[in-house]
Amino acid sequence: MLPYISEFRNAPACRAIAARMRELVRPGTEYNFMEFCGGHTHAIMRYGIRQSLPEGVRMSSGPGCPVCVTAQQDIDAAIALAGRGGVTIASFGDMMRVPGSRGSLLEANAQGADVRVVYSVLDALKLAADEPDRTVVFLAVGFETTAPGTAAAVLQAQAAGLSNFQVYCLHKLTPPAMRAIIEAGETRLSGILGPGHVTTVIGADAWSFLPSEYGIGCAIAGFEPADILLAVSELVRMASSREPEVRNMYPRAATAAGNRAAQATMARVFEPAVADWRGLGPVPDSGLKLRPEYEAFDAERHYCLERLAAREPTGCRCGEVLRGVLEPPGCPMFGSACTPDSPLGPCMVSSEGACAAYYEFGGEGV
Amino acid sequence: MSDLVRLAHGSGSVLTHRLISDVFLKHLRDSELARLNDSALLDLPAQACQGGRLAFTTDSFVITPLEFPGGDIGKLAVCGTVNDLAAGGAQPLWLSAAWVLEEGLPMALLDRLVASMASAAAEAGVRIVTGDTKVVPRGQADGAYCSTAGIGVVPAGRQVGPERICEGDAVLVNGPLGDHGMAVMLQRQGINMASDLRSDCAPLSGLVESLFNAGVEVHCLRDATRGGMAGVLVELAEASGCGIEIQESAVPVRKEVAAAAEMLGLDPLFVANEGKMVALVAQKDAERALQAWRGSPLGEEAAIVGRVVGAHPRHVVQRTTLGTGRFIQMPAGELLPRIC
Repeated sequence: MLPYISEFRNAPACRAIAARMRELVRPGTEYNFMEFCGGHTHAIMRYGIRQSLPEGVRMSSGPGCPVCVTAQQDIDAAIALAGRGGVTIASFGDMMRVPGSRGSLLEANAQGADVRVVYSVLDALKLAADEPDRTVVFLAVGFETTAPGTAAAVLQAQAAGLSNFQVYCLHKLTPPAMRAIIEAGETRLSGILGPGHVTTVIGADAWSFLPSEYGIGCAIAGFEPADILLAVSELVRMASSREPEVRNMYPRAATAAGNRAAQATMARVFEPAVADWRGLGPVPDSGLKLRPEYEAFDAERHYCLERLAAREPTGCRCGEVLRGVLEPPGCPMFGSACTPDSPLGPCMVSSEGACAAYYEFGGEGV
Repeated sequence: MSDLVRLAHGSGSVLTHRLISDVFLKHLRDSELARLNDSALLDLPAQACQGGRLAFTTDSFVITPLEFPGGDIGKLAVCGTVNDLAAGGAQPLWLSAAWVLEEGLPMALLDRLVASMASAAAEAGVRIVTGDTKVVPRGQADGAYCSTAGIGVVPAGRQVGPERICEGDAVLVNGPLGDHGMAVMLQRQGINMASDLRSDCAPLSGLVESLFNAGVEVHCLRDATRGGMAGVLVELAEASGCGIEIQESAVPVRKEVAAAAEMLGLDPLFVANEGKMVALVAQKDAERALQAWRGSPLGEEAAIVGRVVGAHPRHVVQRTTLGTGRFIQMPAGELLPRIC
């Protein structure tokens, strides 16, 4: 088995953690935790972790799926851009099937647009170098996990004098979104399962506002079953003792301060900006845009991309799912009008989307 | 012999004849093929006349890159069709091979592909008895496409299919999952993981025969190609109306495949294979089937991965290593790696 993975999938260890968690639960108390990250939702469903949580401990999924929170109008703008002559769109695979108001990138590709799947922004950079006659626009989605890579690529493109590489910047920042959800007050949360990968970049200290301003505990978690159970167990302990703090339960990857080089690269290339989130709407300072000195790489500016107000697909309740207000099976479209084959909304498309995770793994109690 | 395939090679001219004799007939040495008649004339085997039935199948092969670790399109075109026949319980006899070549294809590459096709056919014990070649202008194909059709004979009394699946049947697979899909995906994307991961592309007719020779009561067979083993099991659960349960810890996956799949966010259960047969056999014969496979070169790492159950009819459930259960669904669309 794989080192650093098999230990954290060890069944006896997981059972022991779950047993200890049961001892920490105060009878009659409701524990409402949110896993921010779509990767956590996926792992929780994949390993049937809810089946091993004590009674009274409830997990809801949050807005941490970068594809899912990309606003409809931004997807429409990307698809419109794909239709321009001489433009090649380089996109992560997850974005390809997300339905816009008129088709998806995958459908645009079938109709003659040039859309290519890349595994990293560096692949897009290479594409631009290999095909100097085309303008390669990297569809930059993702949180603090992928934003440093985009920033580094822009710097590389500048150093190499690559004038046919551009970025359509849809990067988003996670702490402001978390704050927006709590401020909206739709759900009463007693703890947050902190996103492990994001925290490797921004550092666990970035979540200190949760206990200090809102009295909510936060446990940073990795993505294996033992990681998640350990972190949830910490959330139970903090909620039971009413001693909220930030606990880093993913120390093999995340630190208190995070990755300073990545943070510096991001800060050099990007500045905070308002961003539109599906489900949350515009959230101030929750997005990143290229600083003026890098405007030559900004596809939005270069192509004067317009974000026309777009309607969400009729009946789609992805927004509520992303705010943790609705569980996917509670949506009347779930599994009938909306399936991974023909998704209505992005939460059913992305492998990190809550609806896709529920659908794929069939919910609970098998 | 010219270096590149040219349009004239498909024109029926002297060049066409040279291509056929210098490349195809050089490797595919079969007396019926060598006659170059419009159709192959074949004697029905005795078995087919003694209550046996003919199995007939066809498949097309389009793959980038044409050569990949562990195989190439020539080998794939033989194995794919042979395995389809084998999954029907048939002993493969004859194949046709039709190639569509793109102008500019290096002749040396074509030569390697055809040589590989010939050796795969020899390994499978199947004859390539008729064929065709077309050349299309540059840009109208991706190097080479190949279609094969195959005929085999199912001996009298042998019957396999989803309708024979019943509660208690054991589910076997002949080795680790996902080798082909991951090897091709890594090569295609230029992801260099410093691994010697190779496609599992192999003809499985001998492996299937080993079950029957061992006297195993075989109920159903499927080769787990696109959609992986998960796709096959979901199909069989639906077609048979039975529930299927698999144990995550029993599913064989190579370390390299597990690592690559982790990185790309894929589940090896859904990744394509080209040399994996899933067999559902009577409970009483499970161990015998396992031993039969483990004694064959293509089944040394065979495993019993699950069983057919009365619960959750028409659905596949995986028992995770934690003891929890989750449904397995048919994969939607192509496998796309996730963002983070």
